Amino acid sequence: MRDAHIDALVNIVGERRCLWNPNQVRAYACDGYTAESAIPRAVVFPESTDEVAQICRYLYEHSIPYLPRGAGTGLSGGATPTGGEVVLSLARMNRLLAVDFDHLRAIVQPGLVNLTLTRRVAHEDCYYAPDPSSQSVCTIGGNFAENAGGSHCLKYGVTTNHIVAAKVVLPDGSVIDVGAPFGDAPGYDLLGLLVGSEGTLGIATEITVRILKKPQALRTALAYFDRVADASDTVTDIIVEGIIPAAIEMMDQLAMQAVDKSNYHVGYPHDIEAVLLIEVDGLAAGVDEVMARVVELCRKHNVREVKVAQSDAERALWWSSRKMAFGAMGRLSPDYIVQDGVIPRTRLTEVLQKIEAISQRHGLRIANVFHAGDGNLHPLVLYDSRVPGEAERAVQAGSEVLRACVDAGGSITGEHGVGIEKIGEMAYMFSADELQVQRAVKACFDAKGIVNAGKLIPLPGRCVEVKHARDIIEDHWQILNSFPDQAEVQVRGARAHGAGAEHTTSVQG
Amino acid sequence: MVKDSSSMAPRLTDFCFPDAPEEDKYSVCVHCGFCLEVCPTYQAWGDENHSPRGRVFLIKSCAEGELPLDESVIDPVFTCLDCRACETVCPSGVQVGALVEEARGQVFHARRERGDTNALMRLFLRGVFPRPGRLKAIRRLMRFYQKSGLQTLARSTGVMRVLPPQVREMEDVIPEIDAGPAIDVLPPVMAPKGERKATAALFTGCVMDVFFSDVNKATARVMVRNGVEVQVPRDQICCGALQVHAGDRDMAREMARKNIEVFEQAGADYIAINAAGCGAALKEYPELFHDDPAWHERAVQFSARVRDISQLLVEVGFDPPKAELPMSITYHDACHLCHAQKIRREPRSILTSVPGVDLREMPDSDRCCGSAGIYNLTHPVMAGELLERKMDDVPQGVDAIVMGNPGCMMQIRLGVKKRNQQLRVMHTVEVLDLAYQREETP
Repeated sequence: MRDAHIDALVNIVGERRCLWNPNQVRAYACDGYTAESAIPRAVVFPESTDEVAQICRYLYEHSIPYLPRGAGTGLSGGATPTGGEVVLSLARMNRLLAVDFDHLRAIVQPGLVNLTLTRRVAHEDCYYAPDPSSQSVCTIGGNFAENAGGSHCLKYGVTTNHIVAAKVVLPDGSVIDVGAPFGDAPGYDLLGLLVGSEGTLGIATEITVRILKKPQALRTALAYFDRVADASDTVTDIIVEGIIPAAIEMMDQLAMQAVDKSNYHVGYPHDIEAVLLIEVDGLAAGVDEVMARVVELCRKHNVREVKVAQSDAERALWWSSRKMAFGAMGRLSPDYIVQDGVIPRTRLTEVLQKIEAISQRHGLRIANVFHAGDGNLHPLVLYDSRVPGEAERAVQAGSEVLRACVDAGGSITGEHGVGIEKIGEMAYMFSADELQVQRAVKACFDAKGIVNAGKLIPLPGRCVEVKHARDIIEDHWQILNSFPDQAEVQVRGARAHGAGAEHTTSVQG
Repeated sequence: MVKDSSSMAPRLTDFCFPDAPEEDKYSVCVHCGFCLEVCPTYQAWGDENHSPRGRVFLIKSCAEGELPLDESVIDPVFTCLDCRACETVCPSGVQVGALVEEARGQVFHARRERGDTNALMRLFLRGVFPRPGRLKAIRRLMRFYQKSGLQTLARSTGVMRVLPPQVREMEDVIPEIDAGPAIDVLPPVMAPKGERKATAALFTGCVMDVFFSDVNKATARVMVRNGVEVQVPRDQICCGALQVHAGDRDMAREMARKNIEVFEQAGADYIAINAAGCGAALKEYPELFHDDPAWHERAVQFSARVRDISQLLVEVGFDPPKAELPMSITYHDACHLCHAQKIRREPRSILTSVPGVDLREMPDSDRCCGSAGIYNLTHPVMAGELLERKMDDVPQGVDAIVMGNPGCMMQIRLGVKKRNQQLRVMHTVEVLDLAYQREETP
């Protein structure tokens, strides 16, 4: 409802850039994670750092909860106003402020779309490397908040490896600069802390990113495998061999079916279990040789067919087919939850079997799309929210998938963030003491606990609840005897040496 | 907080009139947001409400009784250009255009029930466009206005200032209207040159035949030239696209039935259309008859025969002109050609077949020019911004901008006029026709 606070916001941004009527803010009830939604108190559209700072200052002073939002393509509910927050939409702060081609740096506003940045620097043969599947719509600010990944992060690293500095509005509205455009900023790594903080510690309003020169040449191959185990072994072999492909992506049969029904039809065989999309790049003199070796390794592992793209159009279609896979799920099901687990690459076949068992136990189809080179899985749990009980079953199935990933020595998220979706699993992955340290960090920035609260780091109360629920579920699991022993010691031991760490190092390669 | 799917008691919805947006259509949207950045209104305002995903969400919320049919739904549904750019990128195939049109149908009904209708709009939707006689009378009046010196007088005395600026601007770029519309001037049947490859009934359209009847005549000539027997069914009427866009679906259905009957009688292999907006509407006639199986079937049969002129020429095989036409052009993809009908390749293959024609692509050629039916009259600010962006994208040094839709032709004529440029605005078939004419008079 319109009140004095709304008037204050209107005073900062003007009538036209402030929505407050409950019916007119409904479109901001959720992001790309639709299983939960809530109505925001208002939506404001600032256009400058100064406006963002004024808004934050006012809201913080009056203890009014708020959260930032980019394009709203996040998949973990990071921009869902579960606490009836005021939403700061940064969509209108979409300018490319400066480009320095000599030093390969660009300064952008947070609302600039990822792919738009690449397009704007393409005339100098440059690009911005992190490429989430939603790169045609998602914003650099959103990528900053989620530490977004993408297909090519196998070789080039995730968002944090490409951001060197930022101007950040802190929860109370004060403005600081973190990082350094060149070299390493001394002191605590505040930039590293802020990237991936999911909008809980501040709002980046000017972001300095690295841009890269386009590789001289690239080759892209599509490989069809009868058995997923063969595809998985191929991936391991390629990496063990010392080849660092730009990307290795995998899709299973159900994902192939969805995307083949869309505008991005490739025509995958209906009887293969997995398709690999492999890209190598580098100097023109070397790529053919490397690709020949990749093809050889595919053959060694019983590939049914492997082909190298003969044109840019063919390559573009293969990539669209992979990148549009999530969005194409509407061809199969009205709703889905996409998970984001990370596992050690070598355990893919085994984890897929567990996912299949989870799918059968809940009577829900699960399609699989992965960044196979990183061991980053995206199981898509398909459900219909109109069928009583299905949404709850889907959330439960998703949670079990994540636990299977942690049990295999992995992590609950590779690139989508925790948001609200995986917050319960945080307590599965970390001890109470570990979470307490995280909460202490949050309190340093946001003593009132009102900025995107309830995301990323579970509140203490919730933590207890979750643990209680987990104990109940685990009792049931033991009765069903469908999972190995869940002893915490074992889980945590596995994690310390497992893929969580490996994922990080491999993406920095 | 997870949606409680167990309490699915039926709720009241404000979509209480027949022909409401269907669950099968909106439930396909998985909210991925891949449509946002191609949507002209989202690009301009950055407001989720005015994005394809937002509109579908609002329509769904209204259908499910979560939102009333008030301005929060009506406004976004009417700011939509219906350009369908979102449908081209949507991985799940959401028919955003059809949903928006159905939602506008609900608004139309609701407003009529409240007696809250725009008299002028109603006059045009019901009183003018569906009636060929009145359309022709307007055409004659406008010709008289141009020829008698009234136009010059009106402009010099400043009497035009009583009109809203967007109407005044359009008045400024109306092409010179010739003596007769194609539907009267062309013979009812035209025998093809050489071997008869196919028969086509020409859909002459309303706006096209009032303002650009030359394009209709050129369309007939290029078909004849390429072995197509052309029929011009006299009793055809406007396609009803404007009514669909405005939500007057009952009127649109009435017009569709009339056209289906007329073209069934003509019995030609193809129904040829040179206006992208009308072509899309004709191909989508089945959407109007969900609740009427008999007419639905007839609409399906009808739609299967509809071809855009560029599509038809490529399908039957056209002769590349032999004469040289030295001209540098750029091509604008009309939304209802590239997005609604998925036709991009055919016009380009026609244009590049002409010796001497140098086709220079413009960036984002498939972004809406702001015409969008009567959008440039109802939402002049947005339409003006889009026109500016379109004109910015026109490559330097071209002689003409070519396209396949009369609405875009009017809008881009306005853009050319505003910038004082020496640029021709042409339809694809006009270029081909010009090249053929050069063969005869070397």
